[in-house]
Parts: sequence; C-alpha cells; structure tokens
Amino acid sequence: MSDAIWAISITWLFVFIYAILGSVDFGAGFWGLVYNPRERSRAGEIANRFLSPTWEVTNVFLVLLVVTIVAFFPRAIAPLGTGLLIPGSLVLILLTLRSAFMVFHYSALRFRSTLRIVSGVTGLLIPSLLVIALPILAGGFIDPETDRLLVGKLLSSPVTYAYLAFGLSSELFLSAAFLADYSREAEDSSAYAVFRKYALWLGPFTLATAVLTVYLMGRQAEWLRDHILEEQGWFLLSAIAFLLGYSALWWRRKHPERERGFPRVAFVCFILQFALASYAYGAAHLPYLVYPTLTVEESVTNPAMFDSLLISYAVGMAILVPGFIYFWRLFLKDKRYVGRG
Amino acid sequence: MDDLTIARTLFGSSLGFHIIFATLGVGLPLMIFVSEVFYQVTNDRRYTLMAKRWTKAQAILLGVAIPSGTIVAVQMSLLWPQFMEMVGEVIALPFQIELFAFFLEALFMSIYVYAADRLSPGLRILSVFLVAFGGSASAVLITSANAWMNTPTGFQPTEGGITGVRPWEAFFNPSFASSAFHVLISAYMTGAFVVASIAAYRLLRRKLSQSEIRYHHRALMMSLAIGGTMSLITAFTGHWAGQVLHDHQPEKLAAAEGLFETQSHAPLALGGIVDLDEQKITGAIEIPGLLSFLAGNRLDTVVKGLNDYPRDVWPPGYVHLLFNLMVGSGVLLILLSALAGWFGWRRKGDRLPQWLLWTLTSTGPLAVLAIEFGWIFTCSGRQPWTIYRFQRTADAATQAGDLWVWLVLFLSLYMLLLIATVVIMSSYFKRHPLAEELEAVVAEGNG
Ligand code: HDD
Ligand code: HEM
Ligand code: HEM
Repeated sequence: MSDAIWAISITWLFVFIYAILGSVDFGAGFWGLVYNPRERSRAGEIANRFLSPTWEVTNVFLVLLVVTIVAFFPRAIAPLGTGLLIPGSLVLILLTLRSAFMVFHYSALRFRSTLRIVSGVTGLLIPSLLVIALPILAGGFIDPETDRLLVGKLLSSPVTYAYLAFGLSSELFLSAAFLADYSREAEDSSAYAVFRKYALWLGPFTLATAVLTVYLMGRQAEWLRDHILEEQGWFLLSAIAFLLGYSALWWRRKHPERERGFPRVAFVCFILQFALASYAYGAAHLPYLVYPTLTVEESVTNPAMFDSLLISYAVGMAILVPGFIYFWRLFLKDKRYVGRG
Repeated sequence: MDDLTIARTLFGSSLGFHIIFATLGVGLPLMIFVSEVFYQVTNDRRYTLMAKRWTKAQAILLGVAIPSGTIVAVQMSLLWPQFMEMVGEVIALPFQIELFAFFLEALFMSIYVYAADRLSPGLRILSVFLVAFGGSASAVLITSANAWMNTPTGFQPTEGGITGVRPWEAFFNPSFASSAFHVLISAYMTGAFVVASIAAYRLLRRKLSQSEIRYHHRALMMSLAIGGTMSLITAFTGHWAGQVLHDHQPEKLAAAEGLFETQSHAPLALGGIVDLDEQKITGAIEIPGLLSFLAGNRLDTVVKGLNDYPRDVWPPGYVHLLFNLMVGSGVLLILLSALAGWFGWRRKGDRLPQWLLWTLTSTGPLAVLAIEFGWIFTCSGRQPWTIYRFQRTADAATQAGDLWVWLVLFLSLYMLLLIATVVIMSSYFKRHPLAEELEAVVAEGNG
C-alpha cells in the first residue's frame, strides 16, 4: 500500500471510532433530556452516569481526528479549512457550550434543567453539522474559484437532508442500543426496556434513510453513487450484521423473568454493521478527498513526516492502551459505578 | 477592519482565552499533587481536603479548558490554512504527540474525579501524577510548535515548496528548550499564585474559626513557597529566552527594548513608549550597558538595532510595553513572595497583617496577566511573520470572507463562559463551605 492509502486508512479508523463514540455520547445527551429525572424510569440518569466520565475522552478523539488530517494531508487543509469554515465554527461554538455546561451541571444544582436542555439540544445539532461534511466532500457545494462554501445550494438540496436524517437516526439508534446494554450492565430493567424499544424503532428507520441517501446522491454526486453501487458486497454484509444484531434484541433469556434480548451481542453487531458500511463508503470515496479538486495521493504529507508520525502513533498507543483498558474497567464494568444508586 | 485584522484579532482572543484555563490546567495539578504527597508524608488530613477542593475547581476549569483548546486547534486550520499546510509538512509531531498527553490527562482526570473513592492511596497519587504530567507535557509540546514558528528549522525552502524535511530537527528547534522551560515554570508559578490569592482573600474575613485560619494559612504559605521559587526560576529561564532572541530573532529583541541603532554597551530601557516613525523611545529610564550584558553576558556585546532591518519587517512598537509588563510582574511577584515569607517566618503560623493579605490577593491575577503579556509579546513580536522569515501572516490567512460574524459570536461566547465559570465556581463553594468539610475531616482524623 502507498503512504497515501495507509494515511487515509488510519484517518478512516479515527473517523469510525469518533462516529461511534460521538453517537453514543451526543445521543446520551439527547436521551438525558428526553428522560426527565423526575419521571419514574431512571433512563435519563443512566444516560448521564455514562456521560460524566467519558465526554472528555470522546472529545479528545475529535481533536485527534483534526490533527491527524492536518498531519497526514497538509495540502488538503487550505481547501478544507476554507470550505468548512461555517459548519466548523458552528460546531466549535456548540461543542464549547455543551462541554462547559455539562461540567457545570454537576456543580450547580440550581441550573440543572437549563443545563440538561443545552446538552440535549446540542446533542442533536452538533452531529447534524458534522454529518454535513459528507455531502460537501462529495462535491458540488464548494465554489471552485474561491473555495468558499455555497450555503444556499447546500441548504436547498434534498440530499443534504437525506444525509441529515441518516446521521441523526444512526446517532440515536447507536446510542439507544449502547444504553440498552449499559442499563443491562447496571441491572436496571425499566431503563433497559426504554432503550430497547427505541433501538427497535430506530433500526429500520436508519436503514431506510441510508437507502434514501444513496438514491438522492445520484443527482448531486453521481460518481459517488456509482462507486457505491460497485461496493454492493460490503453493504450486503453490513445489512446482514444489522439483521443479526436486530434479532439479538428479540432473543429470549434463559431466566424467564429477565427482559428479552442480548444487548451486548446486538451492539457488537451494530458496530460491525457500521464498520462495514463506512468502510464501503470510504472505499467508494477514493481516490478523492474533496471531489473533484483533491485526491488522497496529491495531498499526503512527505515521507519523512509520514514515518515519524507512524512511530509516534505506535509509541503513543503502547502507552495509552493500558490506560484505556483501566478506564473501561472502572466506568463501564465496575458494578460499584455502573449500578450505583 | 479588513479580514486579515479580524482573523488576527479572533485568533489572538481565542488563544488569550484558552491560555487562562490551560495555564491553570498545568499549574493546579502540580499543587494537587504536592498536597497529596504532603498528606502521605504528614498524615494530616487537611492536605487531602485541599487536594479535594482544588480538584473540584480544576474539574470545573477543565470544562472550559478542553473545549476552548478544541476551538484553538480547529480554528488554526480554519483561519490560517496556508500556515497549517506548513505545520503538517514540517512540525506535525508536537501536535500529534500532544494528543497522547491530552488522552493521558483526560483519562486520569476522570479516574481521579469520578473513581477517587475506589482507588487505593498509591493509585490515587499515580492518577494525579499522570494528570499533572499530561498537562505539563502538553504545554511543552505546544510550545515546541510555537518556538518553531519563531525559529523555524528542519526543512529547505525551494521554489515550488519545501524539501528535505527533518521532523525531529524541527521539533528541537533553537528556541524550543528555553521557551519550553519558561512556559512550564511560569505555568507552575501561576497555578501557585492563584491558590495563594484565594487563600489570602479567605483569610481577610473576620469571622473564621481557628481551624479555618490554620487551613488557609497553610495553603497560603505552601503556595507562596512554590510560587516564589517558581518565579525565581521563571526569571532565569526568561533571561535565557532573551539570549536566544539575541541570537535568533534580533528584530524582536530590538523592538522589545526600543533599540534603533546597533551598538555595544546597549542600555536597557525600562518603561516608556516606543515611537517607530520618530525612531525613538520616550519616557524610559535607561540603564547603561545592561542590555548588552543581559544579551551576551558582556558589556561590549553588540546588540542589533531596528535600523539594520527593512522597515516592513519591524515588529509593532507596543511589544516594548508588553515585554516590560511581563518582566515587571515577574520582578514584583518575586519581591512579594519574599516579603510574605519573611513575615510568615517572623510570625510563626499567625495570620499575616491585613495590608499584606490584601496585597497578596493580587498575585494570582498578576501572574495570569504576565502570561497574557508574554504570549502576546511572542506572537505579535514575530509580526509580520507567522513563520519567521519564511511565511508572512498575510499569506497564511484564510480566503473565506465575513469573518466579523465569527468574531462577534466567539467573543460573546468567551464572555458568557467567563461569567458562567465564576458563577458556577462560587455557587459550588457556597454549597460546600470549608467549615463543614473541615469538621468532617478533623472528626475522621480523631476517630
Ligand atoms: C507568569 C508569567 C511570566 C513571567 C513572570 C515572565 N514571563 Fe517571560 N514569558 C512568559 C511568561 C512569563 C510566557 C507566557 O510563558 C512566554 C510567552 C511565550 C513563551 O515562550 O513564554 C514568555 C516569553 C518571554 C520571552 C520571549 C521568548 C520568545 O519570543 O521566543 C522572553 C525574552 C521572556 N519571556 C523573558 C522574561 C524575563 C526576562 C522575565 C523576568 C522576570 C519574564 N519573562 C517573566
Ligand atoms: C501555551 C499555550 C498552551 C498551553 C499551555 C495549553 C495547555 C492546555 C491544557 C493544559 C489543556 C487541557 C487538556 C486536558 O485536560 O485534556 C489544553 C487543552 C487543549 N489545548 Fe491547549 N494549550 C496551549 C495552547 C494551545 C494551542 C495553540 C492549541 C492549538 C493548537 C491548543 C490545543 C488544545 C486542545 C485541542 C485542547 C483540548 C484537548 C482535549 O480535548 O482534551 N492549545 N491545552
Ligand atoms: C496561548 C497563548 C497565546 C496567545 C495569547 C497568543 C496570542 C496571539 C496574538 C495576539 C496573535 C495575533 C498577532 C498579531 O497579529 O499581532 C497571535 C497570532 C498567532 N499565534 Fe499566537 N498566541 C498564543 C500562543 C500560540 C501558540 C502556542 C501557537 C502555535 C502553536 C500560536 C500560533 C499563532 C498563529 C499561527 C498566529 C497567526 C499568525 C500570526 O499572526 O503570526 N500562538 N497569537
């Protein structure tokens, strides 16, 4: 593989990780808003308990993504930076409000409800703005003369809304599936029932929006639609993973008194589904980073920098992986935390 | 304002905002770490209480430090795309490695805050050490990138771009060591003085129980000792940074000192206003020969003046003021901590006199201001270059228009967050008064 393919694959891996973590994180914020703590179910509380220690780590993945793109594809920064100034700046403002208020949430009881609303609303807006990058990169929305974004065209194009619907639906679907699993870990069957129900509704909806997006894409970015159709095999595998996961939410437990479903199996299948589909989307997007002006090969960094970056990744990961494992055990497995209260 | 000026204002404000929280994110963990260690050594539970309360404050500050840092990181690509292209080609390593430092800090901060009750003492100290280490490492790493902008190395400029990139040489550029030390130590100093300010302010209140007084007094003395030591080291590292300027960025040193004619036995100008058009400095106290001595350790060191350089690469005249304000704050803080130390030693554990406590409440804000002056000095003193003698700021800026909208939005956001931070901080500590927590701790200690 060439440097460029290695670089784009690593970048893809980070996009994928952030898409999963971000979906769960922003989705949990939204569910925390929908589920008022005064209501009977503790669903909102479960969502918040997961969110408190993890949002910082999730945020670092976003920064990792930005830095990785700068480091691996420096020659893409000028067109990307100019084209994405508007959605990028909006994401920054919303993200700042969200993070700040989420931390404040735990320190000031008086402002609880305002803070919950901020976290819930931004939990929908930020992913929408992030997802908008996809149609922009697929071409047609950046003025080739000035590199500026054609906002009017973007907002009047149906495919934009298809991407939005797909992005939001998969965010909420993934987070519901994750929180179902997390509630099971916390042995909270009422919260489990709530999140399982949402996952069941949102799953087919997500699939439908995905098909709609590919259909509408044909008008805006025909090249991408054609490439995607060539990657059919991967999308088929992805659909199979989805069906398997979906059915796992219906499997019966041995203990008849427990709620139906194996949320851990389901969530793992959904991640697999996501991985397969986003791999196929990424492969279909090649060789372009930004259509039609910028290919991956043209924008990759020099070999000396590339090699040093790889070494720094290897060393950094070797140091961090034990930290991640320890973190996971403390907050996602330890009954004293997960099942508290 | 034209778009370039707006971009500079916007970016400078974002950094000026981030640096407040970022500096405390480097300085406070050191204080927390020291008090955790003190607790292990003395077994006095008041030290864990200090660590606990400072951690709470730090957790609130992180809620702003992290997103504001994210803003800075993304805004760099949005506002200075041509500059970031160079960063990616030559100086991507510190940015990349910094992420590992952020991960370390974020992971162990969550662990320290949300799992403290489940950790053994050893693991608790290890976690807070890793938080402090992660914060310090990120400061050193980002400084490497900034130092490279001042003294770029590790590549060859050619017609069509650059070749011969040597990433590690760029990383360890000529001003890296001096800047990194100066930034790190000045952050420790600032963290300590902010704690000192708060302790001094608390001690000013009339109605305090004996144990509250002892608690605050201890915190005050501890932070003044750390802050005082660090401010001395800051002065030495700053002196070193100045000598690096003399060797590698002579225009910046000349502008900082308002020196127009190249000369040996150059005087040090204290205060005054530099007028670039008239080529003179008015109202300054000049100490003969001192600048030459500081720059090269000898009175006959020749210091370059601005007239040796074309007018269009002169830094702005106001950097002289910024430089003086930074150095002045540093000197003042050294003197203040020495004074307080002397009183503290004479009075053996009693409260310091009111007037001194009042004066000491200013140390934290003063140190934060010094940080701001120092950074604006470094960045503005590099003008008109973004990458010294290689890329002009005007050539680095984005072509996207209508930046003023973002300037207004981001400035409003920073105001909102500043106010919110203060409100949340005071509301939290009102609901968790020291008196109650102290009582609990003392009771536990006796039981
Ligand atoms: C508490 C903060 C503080 C204090 C008291 C001082 N400094 Fe400083 N100084 C900084 C905080 C700082 C800084 C914010 O950390 C800077 C900005 C960029 C950098 O590398 O460090 C800086 C930059 C900086 C530079 C420019 C380096 C460059 O542009 O490459 C010089 C020459 C000095 N300092 C010198 C001094 C001297 C001689 C001081 C005497 C006491 C001093 N500073 C006190
Ligand atoms: C001297 C200047 C700076 C210092 C000392 C500093 C230090 C810090 C510290 C201590 C944090 C908190 C990190 C954490 O707790 O995880 C932070 C956050 C951050 N800083 Fe800065 N910073 C500086 C300037 C910059 C600049 C110029 C950038 C942009 C390139 C930047 C990017 C960031 C980012 C992206 C974060 C958020 C990290 C996260 O998500 O955890 N910082 N910074
Ligand atoms: C955190 C403290 C910092 C502050 C308060 C600060 C302040 C400023 C200011 C005021 C400007 C505008 C200068 C002018 O146009 O006159 C500026 C520009 C800039 N700074 Fe800094 N700076 C800081 C740290 C950094 C660091 C750590 C980096 C890089 C890693 C950096 C990179 C830049 C860049 C790229 C520009 C724009 C181009 C230029 O004007 O040269 N800054 N900064």
